[in-house]
Amino acid sequence: MEPLTVTICAGTACTVMDGTGLLLLEDQLPEGLRGRVRVRGARCLDHCREGRGLEAPYVLIGDELMGRATVAKVVARLEERLG
Amino acid sequence: MPNETQTSRLRRELMVHLARGIQEGTLAERVDRLPLELRPRHPRPDPLRCCVHSERAILRYRIMALLGFGAEDETDELKPLAAYAREALARRRRDDRLLTVIDEACSACERGRHTVTDACRGCAARPCTLACPKHAIRLEYGRAVIDPAACVNCGKCRDLCAFQAIHKLSAPCERACPAGAIARGEDGKQVIDRARCVACGQCLAKCPFGAVAEVSELVDVAGALARGEALVALLAPALATQFDVSLPHLAGALREAGFQGVVEVAAGADAVARQEAAELVERLEAGEPVLTTSCCPAFTGLVRAKFPALAPRISATPTPLAVAAGLAEARFPGARRVFISPCVAKRREVLEGDGAHHVLTVEELGSLFLARGLEIAACAPVDPDLQASPAGRGFAAAGGVRAAVLAHLAGEAPASEALAGLGPDTQKALRAYASGKGPARFLEGMGCEGGCVSGPCTLADPRLAKRRLGP
Repeated sequence: MEPLTVTICAGTACTVMDGTGLLLLEDQLPEGLRGRVRVRGARCLDHCREGRGLEAPYVLIGDELMGRATVAKVVARLEERLG
Repeated sequence: MPNETQTSRLRRELMVHLARGIQEGTLAERVDRLPLELRPRHPRPDPLRCCVHSERAILRYRIMALLGFGAEDETDELKPLAAYAREALARRRRDDRLLTVIDEACSACERGRHTVTDACRGCAARPCTLACPKHAIRLEYGRAVIDPAACVNCGKCRDLCAFQAIHKLSAPCERACPAGAIARGEDGKQVIDRARCVACGQCLAKCPFGAVAEVSELVDVAGALARGEALVALLAPALATQFDVSLPHLAGALREAGFQGVVEVAAGADAVARQEAAELVERLEAGEPVLTTSCCPAFTGLVRAKFPALAPRISATPTPLAVAAGLAEARFPGARRVFISPCVAKRREVLEGDGAHHVLTVEELGSLFLARGLEIAACAPVDPDLQASPAGRGFAAAGGVRAAVLAHLAGEAPASEALAGLGPDTQKALRAYASGKGPARFLEGMGCEGGCVSGPCTLADPRLAKRRLGP
């Protein structure tokens, strides 16, 4: 089973809207998800254009986009998808 | 802490809306509608308070604070936010109130009393009733009840309960305040005693209702940028850790946002470390028992307020900001200096001194960038006009000042200690130093646990910020 890639945006809007804790997602994964998720940072996912910056922080789970992401929301979604 | 995220998110959203309004020249005409737009009746976003009207009223006061006015200073409840906005855009100097308590948002938390929780089993041993020196505990409906009028908060019952059923209630802001400056007013809401406050910002960081707000200069700075005035940005050492970018990119973004020059305050810190090392040698040779650092105004403020016997031992070396201000003035004569930092206490230093004309927090700067749709990493990198060494940048984390100063000493370093955070442990240590019994001869003092990277107005998770600073 190929690990699922989670892409965390480290751009300006995502930093301002409280997204930096997401960059530490790797350390906060529950036991059952370790090794099954690959976390990588991205310069900017470019979803904050046209005034959508306030919906930041953005995260890609596989290729599914999540706005207003929090560590808890991302972990919950990962558990749904990976069971 | 979901609450903290909610309140900090909200604060930043408001900042972005205000900054956009200033950029577009529509602030005064839009600002009174903001609370209604952000808190519509239908569909109602997840309620944080009892009703939409209470939420809107609180938003109004949050906006007032961001416009630079304390809720306490309101004289007319019908004065529109537009009038405040116009005043803010026209003023040259802000009011000297640093923090405001939004009484609408303050939940008047229970303070300092003991209560029995549902965990009480009404046991047969009843150590609580026996231990209470005031006979304040009786059994009602099979459960212990404490008479608040008789209880003296000794905590004996709490310590003895086998079910840990007795809990001490306290207001988070009061618990967080190292200076005893925040207490309940007559109406049960919290009031900050400005004479005692050392502006450490802990009440702001710890209130779960976000009822403490900074009186901001966002409008003053955003307005000056919009008018194209000559401004130079003085970056606190912690700034290098807040965004996932190189310092030249950040300097480039500041230029793009309209700042004429960018100066690293850590360049001032380099000079401070040299000077403080020389002062340390001189004063220890003269027989003084200890020297403390002087760069953190929350720390020095607490020492002066609560441990006056230690006050003469505070270093006379100016702060990195004061030194950097002189360098910036020489380089950009006549430009207004904007100090950008993660700190509340530095606002007071700036208000009382001549280091800078304005202060922006990291949060406010980030909001300005977001309002402009500016991506820092995409800006053309430029070197800051004044650059620092890694040692100067190290001032941003606890232990960094000590390391930078000791690095300038020849021969054997004196015993040193670094205190970070102004809680009970630090105060116990300071009591020892004040009575001449401290273990070290050089003492670094930081108002925030972890140092400036953990400041109350940061954006980056402190663990990440520390990592970015490097060893």
